[in-house]
Amino acid sequence: MFSLGDLYKQVIIDHTKSPRNFGKLEPCNHDAEGYNPLCGDQLHVYLQINDSDIIEGITFEGQGCSISTASASLMTEGLKGKSIANFEILFEAFHKMATADLSDQPNQDVLGKLAVLAGVKEFPSRIKCATLCWHTVKSAIQDADKTARTE
Amino acid sequence: MNIEQIRSDFPILDQELYGKPLVYLDNAATTQKPQCVIDAVRSYYEKDNSNIHRGVHTLSERATAAYEASRETIRSFFNAKSTKEVIFTRGATESINLIASSWGRANITKGDEILITHMEHHSNIVPWQMLCEHTGAVLKVVPMNEAGELDMNAFTSLLSERTKLFGVVHMSNALGTINPIETMIKQAHAVGAVVLVDGAQAAAHMAVDVQALDVDFYVTSAHKMYGPTGVGVLIAKEVLLEAMPPYQGGGDMILMVTFEKTQYNDLPHKFEAGTPNIAGVIGFGEAIKYIQSIGLDKIAVREKVLLDYATSQAELFEGLRQIGTARDKACVLSFVLKGVHPHDLGTILDREAVAIRAGHHCAMPVMQFYKVPATARASFSIYNTEAEVDALFAALSKARDMFA
Ligand SMILES: Cc1ncc(COP(=O)(O)O)c(C=O)c1O
Repeated sequence: MFSLGDLYKQVIIDHTKSPRNFGKLEPCNHDAEGYNPLCGDQLHVYLQINDSDIIEGITFEGQGCSISTASASLMTEGLKGKSIANFEILFEAFHKMATADLSDQPNQDVLGKLAVLAGVKEFPSRIKCATLCWHTVKSAIQDADKTARTE
Repeated sequence: MNIEQIRSDFPILDQELYGKPLVYLDNAATTQKPQCVIDAVRSYYEKDNSNIHRGVHTLSERATAAYEASRETIRSFFNAKSTKEVIFTRGATESINLIASSWGRANITKGDEILITHMEHHSNIVPWQMLCEHTGAVLKVVPMNEAGELDMNAFTSLLSERTKLFGVVHMSNALGTINPIETMIKQAHAVGAVVLVDGAQAAAHMAVDVQALDVDFYVTSAHKMYGPTGVGVLIAKEVLLEAMPPYQGGGDMILMVTFEKTQYNDLPHKFEAGTPNIAGVIGFGEAIKYIQSIGLDKIAVREKVLLDYATSQAELFEGLRQIGTARDKACVLSFVLKGVHPHDLGTILDREAVAIRAGHHCAMPVMQFYKVPATARASFSIYNTEAEVDALFAALSKARDMFA
């Protein structure tokens, strides 16, 4: 039986209460808006990507539940200084972790600290909360002018 | 009233989730179904299943009789003048879309105004936006105050001879507010507007007499009044229905079809194209009989006691802000809790076996008014108890502690 503690780990509560990299980014050359209509979570991500495709800066703003806030906060920590190619790998690994079979272990080597969010897969209605920020960064990088969704 | 007796009529309530007894407080989304409704649907499929209005065989005659008996039950429950005024639909949403498409396209032109209110469910907003877009009519909105009550002065000044239809929710699903529809109908009629009342929430909680109200269109869904999903009703004045073009074309809604011309069927069949949700309608009728067997007057009194109890608990609960504190309200406790997002509350409460709704309740403009992304909503029904309200607040304490 899964307990609430699997989802609301102390790290997640901590990031909810004091999200890292929260606010606008200056300078910023990519940004996008994400929206989860189910719970009204709204998220804006800002990125500064340099000529060598390295994410030099990343922040987020918005209002959301604990899972979406903590996920965005942890994501910004995880992506700062990483390359776009690296983002793609993390995106895949994160997505896989959030939607994997319950018995699958997250890829700790790739995901590092992000693996604390593995508990969401036990709470199907909350998976999108965790993945929204990743989809939003993806559309920011692609400079899509549409609001990101988790589909 | 014996609540334990009533609870025993609802088999689903007798279960545990995560080792704790289920506390179902999401009744505004849909109510549970009593055994008699489940039995009626089952018995129809086991004994009478066949198509209606078109068979000469015994099963079809039985099914038709049961379907039409439900229509009479529903007519009498709402005191409609005749069964011609009782149109079965898929639910409140389809009923409103029927009005917007059929009545709307026949009666609305550029420059006309449709008046709705700030606390409508999306199903009583979007069809009118679509109609306005199509016709060039203008959508106007009656504002509300901080308590979640309509601004009656603004309502009066928004009404004019341009107002062709006034649409109002009888009881708000997001706030619990009961609107003063009797006065509003009179005022709207005085400027020549027709009135649509969305009774999706109200119909299970208070008596509605469509003739006494003189309401033109009243809509509701069976599933919010102990009946099956996917079925509802539009109750409308016969003169309006007679003048309205059909909503959908197909079988059952015709008398005579040639490639040159089709003659439409009489009311109510003109608006019921295709094979309907026969089992659903039969279950709906049974659900109405169930409500009648308890009595709406008793239901209203009991539910008020329970809401008052929950409200007094809410007022004592630190960090809780109620959303919707109208003087006249029923069965809905909508709130936000400081430091805990409604969506997290929903998950945490679920693990305590307490089912509530977290979200915008299909009433995003209400969320925008209170500047909240979402609310948590506990909504009560006839089978809920004070002990369940206590379980709700015990679970809320746990949630608050987790994020403390
Ligand atoms: C006030 C109100 N109106 C309309 C509806 C739509 O009902 P349905 O989805 O059954 O068509 C609802 C259901 O949530 C409601 O609460």
